[in-house]
Amino acid sequence: METVLTTHFADDGYRRIDTYRSFGGYDALRKSLSMTPEAIIDEVKKANLRGRGGAGFPAGVKWGFLPKDLSRPRVLVINADEGEPGTFKDRVIMSRGPHLLIEGIAIAAFALRVHISYIYIRGEFVREARILDEAVAEAYAAGFLGKNILGSGFDLDLTVHRGAGAYICGEETSLINSLEGKRGWPRLKPPFPASVGAFGLPTIVNNVETLADVPWIVTNGGEKFAAIGVEKNGGTRLIGVSGAVNRPGVYELPAGTNLKEIIYTHAGGIRDGKALKAVIPGGSSTPVLRPDEIDVSYDIESMAKIGTMAGSGGVIVIPEGTCMVRALSTLMNFYSHESCGQCTPCREGTGWLKKIVGRIEAGKGRAGDVELILDVCDNMMGRTICPLADAAAMPAQSFIWKFREEFDRHIGEQKCPYGNRF
Amino acid sequence: MSVIFSDTAKAEFDRLLTRYPDKEAVILPSLHLAQREFGFVSDEAIVYIAGLLGVSPAQIEGVATFYTMYNRKPVGKYHVQVCRNIACSLLGAEHLIEHVAGRLGVLPGGTTRDGKFTLSQVECLGSCGTAPVMQINDDYYENLTEASIDAILEKLR
Repeated sequence: METVLTTHFADDGYRRIDTYRSFGGYDALRKSLSMTPEAIIDEVKKANLRGRGGAGFPAGVKWGFLPKDLSRPRVLVINADEGEPGTFKDRVIMSRGPHLLIEGIAIAAFALRVHISYIYIRGEFVREARILDEAVAEAYAAGFLGKNILGSGFDLDLTVHRGAGAYICGEETSLINSLEGKRGWPRLKPPFPASVGAFGLPTIVNNVETLADVPWIVTNGGEKFAAIGVEKNGGTRLIGVSGAVNRPGVYELPAGTNLKEIIYTHAGGIRDGKALKAVIPGGSSTPVLRPDEIDVSYDIESMAKIGTMAGSGGVIVIPEGTCMVRALSTLMNFYSHESCGQCTPCREGTGWLKKIVGRIEAGKGRAGDVELILDVCDNMMGRTICPLADAAAMPAQSFIWKFREEFDRHIGEQKCPYGNRF
Repeated sequence: MSVIFSDTAKAEFDRLLTRYPDKEAVILPSLHLAQREFGFVSDEAIVYIAGLLGVSPAQIEGVATFYTMYNRKPVGKYHVQVCRNIACSLLGAEHLIEHVAGRLGVLPGGTTRDGKFTLSQVECLGSCGTAPVMQINDDYYENLTEASIDAILEKLR
């Protein structure tokens, strides 16, 4: 199988620029500088490269939203916040192939006529931030960043910027506020970041994996990238499989690989010989699937057809014997903790979901609580500035729709049938 | 403790100022620096950073309290943060948090009497494939078991 990103990740030296270059690293940047920005964007469009952060928006189309006017500087921000539970793929790129990301950034910046760029990395990733800092310094020293890159006349400054612990900063407008030194509160759109973004300048925010795919696309052509995946969904994806599988980890697989195959073949099936109970397919905010629903192509369109999302590529595997009310309670604690508090339906709604699901799990559920949860969800979805309210409501609804009997049993028996443990 | 950056930290601060079109963007990195220099983000540190950046202490405080990584109170020499989100919980994190609490003799949120360890439960550390996971100061410890936790804590004692 063709790999785009991870081919040399097993080689520890790959994070150093010399090794990276010995495998042809930065040749794509050299090639890009001889192309026109429009030609690079065209290749990315042909590649059907969809954003890998979760929303799955076509990258080339997003790039096209920048205004034509070049009188104001533009900014490229790399979203390396990686905070969605179940998602741990970008960390692998940053620690194993930092130059792949830096090269992707330099190419994208040239294509977008950007001279200022920031990697916004989640604060906890101290080690990865150091690795990136070292790699950025190497790239400056080698002339791939800074002034007059490879004699092309193109300048780019890149800075690694650490967040400080806030899931909400993965949302692009929160991330921009945070980068500016503010609380990470999401902004109302419009104006969209492409017209008014970081420091009031036109800004593109792209995920780490999205940009790390770009050097390969420039080297091999967009059509070849598109051919790896499925229609409308090109290339490979880094899929993180966690939870009760024999071989948890990050797997690079063609977009559209069967989800059941991901779990049973690549991740080695369910731990301890247990049966599968449920799968959260694309990070903790995506609607849960039952075992009979996982024989599906893992791509954006196919997952949408069955009412869920491939999201950020984080597959969380839940084994038989797990209390689904407790699992949901864990998620609701998270979303309630991480709501920024700006919008009332989210601040109050996540708090109520945490409280109601928690009391059901504790054996203190009341008749009508399940309907109340669904009602709270209805009053959250689509009523806030950013999608965090939806991210909490979607799992809550889907856990109830698909595992309703467990909620009813908790309320009926006034206790957790699983003894309040995972 | 005097709240003034060391020469190294001041040099780093001055370098940061050159990296952004706007001084305020240095607030988060400055708070990280302050925490590294002074152990936690004290009221004095907030006033000091506000002075350096020419903004109000209230603005810095509003930012500092929004993010979970800035400790507004002193923590132990080792800040043990165990993840309790879904992937870690599926592999026994709840039990491991109890285990760490038992070994250290403190509840989550507490600091040992000798000031050496503070225990916290945290939400997703972004390392779900190597769950269960904890972070101690800047370092991650992954694929935890009771035995590996004991060995790690023993080394730090």
